[in-house]
Amino acid sequence: MSVPNGSAFEQPASFAFDAESEAEIAHVITRYPPGKQASAVLPAMYVAQRQMKRQTGSAWIPVKAMDAVAARLGMPAIRVYEVATFYFMFNTTPIGKYHLQVCTTTPCWLRGSDAITAACRKETGIKGWGETSDDGLFTMTEVECLGACVNAPILQVDDNFYEDMDAAKVTELLAALRRGERPFPGSMTGRQTSAPEGGPNTLTTLHFAPEG
Amino acid sequence: MVKVTIDGITVEVAAGSTILQAAEQAGVEIPRFCYHERLSIAGNCRMCLVEVEKAPPKPIASCGYPVAEGMVVHTDSPMVRNGRRGVMEFLLINHPLDCPICDQGGECDLQDQAMGYGMDHSRYAENKRAVPDKNLGPLVKTSMNRCIHCTRCIRFITEVAGVPDLGATARGEHMEVGTYVEKALGSELSGNIIDLCPVGALTSKPYAFVARPWELAKVDSVDVLDAVGTNIRIDARGPEVLRVLPRINEDVNEEWLGDKSRFAIDGLKRRRLDRPWVRENGKLRAATWTEAFDTIAAKLKPLKGEQIGAIAGDLCDAESMLALKDLFVSLGSTNLDCRQDGAKLDASRRDFYCFNTSISGIDEADAILIVGSNPRKEAPVLNARIRKRWASGGAVVGVIGDATNLTYPAAHLGAGPSVLKDLQSDSHDFAKVLAAAKKPMIIVGQGALARPDGSAVLAAAWRLAAHVGALSSEWHGFNVLHTAAARVGALDLGFVPGPNGKTLDSMLGGGVEFLWLLGADGFDASHIGAGTFVVYQGHHGDAGAHRADVILPGAAYTEKSGTYVNTEGRAQHGFKAVYAPGEAREDWTILRAFSAVIGKTLPYDTIDALRARLEQVNPVFGRVGFLPRFGCSDHTGPAGDPTVLSAAPFVSAVANYYQTDPISRASPTMAACVAAQAAPALAAE
Repeated sequence: MSVPNGSAFEQPASFAFDAESEAEIAHVITRYPPGKQASAVLPAMYVAQRQMKRQTGSAWIPVKAMDAVAARLGMPAIRVYEVATFYFMFNTTPIGKYHLQVCTTTPCWLRGSDAITAACRKETGIKGWGETSDDGLFTMTEVECLGACVNAPILQVDDNFYEDMDAAKVTELLAALRRGERPFPGSMTGRQTSAPEGGPNTLTTLHFAPEG
Repeated sequence: MVKVTIDGITVEVAAGSTILQAAEQAGVEIPRFCYHERLSIAGNCRMCLVEVEKAPPKPIASCGYPVAEGMVVHTDSPMVRNGRRGVMEFLLINHPLDCPICDQGGECDLQDQAMGYGMDHSRYAENKRAVPDKNLGPLVKTSMNRCIHCTRCIRFITEVAGVPDLGATARGEHMEVGTYVEKALGSELSGNIIDLCPVGALTSKPYAFVARPWELAKVDSVDVLDAVGTNIRIDARGPEVLRVLPRINEDVNEEWLGDKSRFAIDGLKRRRLDRPWVRENGKLRAATWTEAFDTIAAKLKPLKGEQIGAIAGDLCDAESMLALKDLFVSLGSTNLDCRQDGAKLDASRRDFYCFNTSISGIDEADAILIVGSNPRKEAPVLNARIRKRWASGGAVVGVIGDATNLTYPAAHLGAGPSVLKDLQSDSHDFAKVLAAAKKPMIIVGQGALARPDGSAVLAAAWRLAAHVGALSSEWHGFNVLHTAAARVGALDLGFVPGPNGKTLDSMLGGGVEFLWLLGADGFDASHIGAGTFVVYQGHHGDAGAHRADVILPGAAYTEKSGTYVNTEGRAQHGFKAVYAPGEAREDWTILRAFSAVIGKTLPYDTIDALRARLEQVNPVFGRVGFLPRFGCSDHTGPAGDPTVLSAAPFVSAVANYYQTDPISRASPTMAACVAAQAAPALAAE
């Protein structure tokens, strides 16, 4: 099968939804009115991508999986190809076990995303964007704003945001991932969500009491 | 209706029209790339910018902006000109500017509009984007660097052709138009995207680097490779037909053309009969016209009228068929037949064998029943019309026969003729649909008629049409869809067995001593009796010529002026674009010359005299291009007992769309298409 970027890797010969995916798809389709099931194409492709992750360890969506989504939702295959190639969240080529997505948009960049990028490169040996490390563990992608600017800089690993990163924390995080651990996501400085570091520093004198 | 002023010209247009449509009515031309009147509005090229007074003070894309009462539009203000120049500059950023080696050169919208809005130099110093070319099969050549992403091809393939193979993958700078997974386009109308492409991104593969448009002589004609009668323009240079393009005819083909009709023309240069041949001692040898005529005359002399017969083929013009008929009648023979496929067509009344609703009438139908036909293969342009009707909503389609993808949803009601009987009981679901429909249509294909119980099927279909109210004084919903361009014309001029005349079947197997085949290659020539003397008059060395004892080289449809009557019964003239090769002559002149040799001189010396005779035989030949639509007041059905139906399932008359006639069978391009459709992914290698 000949597809763009298709020379460097093998497309699987077949793809079928497993029981877990079938249940998920049956669920997502119910969110849309009858006859509009094509609207479920995005969640359905996530289901397919997660199934690939379960089965092969690489979260990507081969052409056969897109075909399966198209058949399941009763839409032309090319419409699924269009959506899959439009969004960066769908990987049309195999990726490593961990997908490192570095946000380099202005707020993250101002807060030091260059250092995050450099640390990731140093730890994994990856040179360019979109490449996979030699051990097959990591794939590095440059992404646009992840919408968590208050906790910049962000390193997204698969579906999880690791926030308030710096080079040392990257090293730590990747080492943990190598060990097979999955550190708890969120702020790496320990603050609660995006609350000020070290606790609240405004409105400290205001106390709300029930009016009596 | 709303009043709009465009460049000082006030026009009244329908509410909901766009500014661009209003400008067209006012006679003001607005440049465009992505907008096309037969496709949905995309609004992505931004070339059609105009300025609207009292609207937001910015250029507005007129193709997608609806008009409002009292709107004042300027299409040539400084803001508009500046805006369009900007758009053109952006379009040209990634366009390779390789016009000198581009096949679109000379008929390119981008080239033309760059004359008006382009700069004399580029301010862009960076690298241009490079896009890999796509392989879309043997018909459409791509040069994707030239693509300006107007998405016309995507919209055509999705909306009109109904075979959604093309799309735009990735986005922004990386956006590419293509199939993503490499494969040949699956539509029978794919060649139209070449015409639609406003730049040179999609060009004709067989025509690549062959000619420039200004070198070509352009002649109006009519396509004969199916029975739709698509209006075409033949582009020729010297003796060679280089390409065929559709002409706009809203009532027939709109502006589309099937792939076979467009690309089979390379078959016109191969396997041609360019000199007379005479069989001597079992072997054909080249002969002169005089020798050939003398051989036939000698053979014909002792034979009586009932011992001779003639069969007309599928590509014949009405003129030559009439000349052949007149010749045989003068010899005392009524053994004439044009129904090579054995279709049980009833020629006794014209509406028994025509597509009475007319092709444009499909737009009005609200229920369509297709019987024993696959219109996608038999008449792709007509099928696109049915799809258009379905897409506009409110029409239901049912099919009896093969359950195939017709490009629109169709209820499959069954495979055999028994369904026709079931539909007359009101309990059947689709019978209710037909009964409730105001303008129901029944389309009977040749697959339903070219079988032993064909006349029963025809009668049953007619009876059903009468039963569901498809026959009224206002609406004629009974239709026969033909596959042969010559068929309706032949039936109109009575090229069928006369009283005591023999049909095709009884002429075969030694039924006649002498058989004249006028381009007849559509039946199994091995069934002709061993002792029968066969004259083949035609243009290709196909089945008929192989069996022939004398071969008379005739002219193909591009090489003669002829009248063709399409499946609707619309007579149309095709004009001669090139001369027939070698010794070959226009067919009616061959018959006229031969008639003089045997002393039965036909009474016409010019094509005009012959056409006058045609009109005398049947006035429909005088109504060229024009088709009056009739209702149906006489419900008497065609001959045939509508109850003796067999159980055999219907099979479409066209199994292989790309090879149906001597021309397309001789065409290497069509052979490549057959291979591509058999293995779409491999063909693209």
